[in-house]
Amino acid sequence: MISKRIIPCLDVRDGKLTKGIKFKGNIDIGDPVEAAREYYEQGADEIVFYDITASSDKRDIMIDVVRRVAETIFIPFSVGGGIRNLDDMRKVIGAGAEKISVNSAAVLEPAIITQGARAFGSQCVVLGMDVKKVEVSGQTPSGYEIVIEGGRKHTGIDALWWAQEAQRLGAGEICLNSIDADGMQDGYEINLTSLISENVHIPVIASGGAGKPEHLADVLTKGKADAALIASMVHYRTYTISQIKNYLCDQNIKTRILW
Amino acid sequence: MIAIIEYNAGNITSVARALHSIGQDFVITDDTKMLNAASHAIFPGVGAAGEAMAYLKDKKLDRWLKQCFQSGKPILGICLGTQIILDRSEENNTDCIGLVAGSTKRFPNSLKSAGSALKIPHMGWNSVNLKQNHPVFADIDPAAEYYFVHSYYPSPESEAAVLGTTDYGMTFCSVLAMKNLIAMQFHPEKSGRPGLQILKNFCAWRGHDF
Repeated sequence: MISKRIIPCLDVRDGKLTKGIKFKGNIDIGDPVEAAREYYEQGADEIVFYDITASSDKRDIMIDVVRRVAETIFIPFSVGGGIRNLDDMRKVIGAGAEKISVNSAAVLEPAIITQGARAFGSQCVVLGMDVKKVEVSGQTPSGYEIVIEGGRKHTGIDALWWAQEAQRLGAGEICLNSIDADGMQDGYEINLTSLISENVHIPVIASGGAGKPEHLADVLTKGKADAALIASMVHYRTYTISQIKNYLCDQNIKTRILW
Repeated sequence: MIAIIEYNAGNITSVARALHSIGQDFVITDDTKMLNAASHAIFPGVGAAGEAMAYLKDKKLDRWLKQCFQSGKPILGICLGTQIILDRSEENNTDCIGLVAGSTKRFPNSLKSAGSALKIPHMGWNSVNLKQNHPVFADIDPAAEYYFVHSYYPSPESEAAVLGTTDYGMTFCSVLAMKNLIAMQFHPEKSGRPGLQILKNFCAWRGHDF
């Protein structure tokens, strides 16, 4: 049977990790390629890069990072952040990423999902969703709203409606980030995750809130997520990926344990 | 020399990078003279069956693949490259190359595991149960997992063509083998060390002995 995927997420700005990652012997790794190699060797099932480069003239640095990552690791990886159109997608996929993730750009221009799916196949197009809990209302019947610009801007779009709409438009996977849980290390938003996962037929990656292995176990069982995104808990060496997988294995959650 | 068959498949550069990392020389080409000169042929594939077949027919690569299979040259099919060596595919109702009798079918929407509906595409890491040993799977732990991403699966007519199966709410053929042909639904180029080992083994395989 299929394994649940554990996916470290790396934030990159101007070709460098935004926070150094501490590894064996307290070596600080600021190079995303080296960090990707380290996680590949630790047993990551996939890697997500999030490009937070602000200025567009420095975007090509990321393309070079993608190329070097593709030469270094032999597992799938995706790139999100700053992808606005088909041309951006083509550059990132051409450089060697398996998937591209669109977030705000898809909210502002949903056709980008269909265009990407037609050009590269649905499996290449991940919809990134930033979601905030709100009052249940006529506009947001699920009680969750899509926010953009890092959570600063409300859109009035219902999260469940958007997930299903993106699936219809051709998205092959959803990366579901809870803005409320993000960075708190207090556990994923289980209700949100199961709500979305049970109402779409494409895989859902849970994101936001991972602080300890129990959180992953919860979201992969009760939350019905197909994969779990992790950041601080491995970047700060609180846990290694193998420790997390060993814990999940003890809880009878199937992950890939040979690599 | 290993040849990667060049056509409109999405994963050609990934396969090339993986070969490079194991120190294997290769060419990427659609020129039949160069393909004939190669010792091994890799037939990759990401995309849709209809478009891929239209392109292959236009370049007469479908005919070349049939001749190649007859010649005894080792052939490795990957993902879509595995699906379209069968007679036909339910994807875009496409007539395919027909090296192996059978068809490529879509996963039913009703797949379930432990009461929960399973997602389509089948995306992620899964294992392969080999029915018998094969030189291309030598030196790999039987519990190894491989990266899959697909909504269609190969369904050969003859059980004899099924080398390995995978479970995803149903059991499907994930590795086909017949004479000098081996073809897999998963992506060895994206399956970490076990995947690289498969590529290494394929490059050393003479196309028989199993």
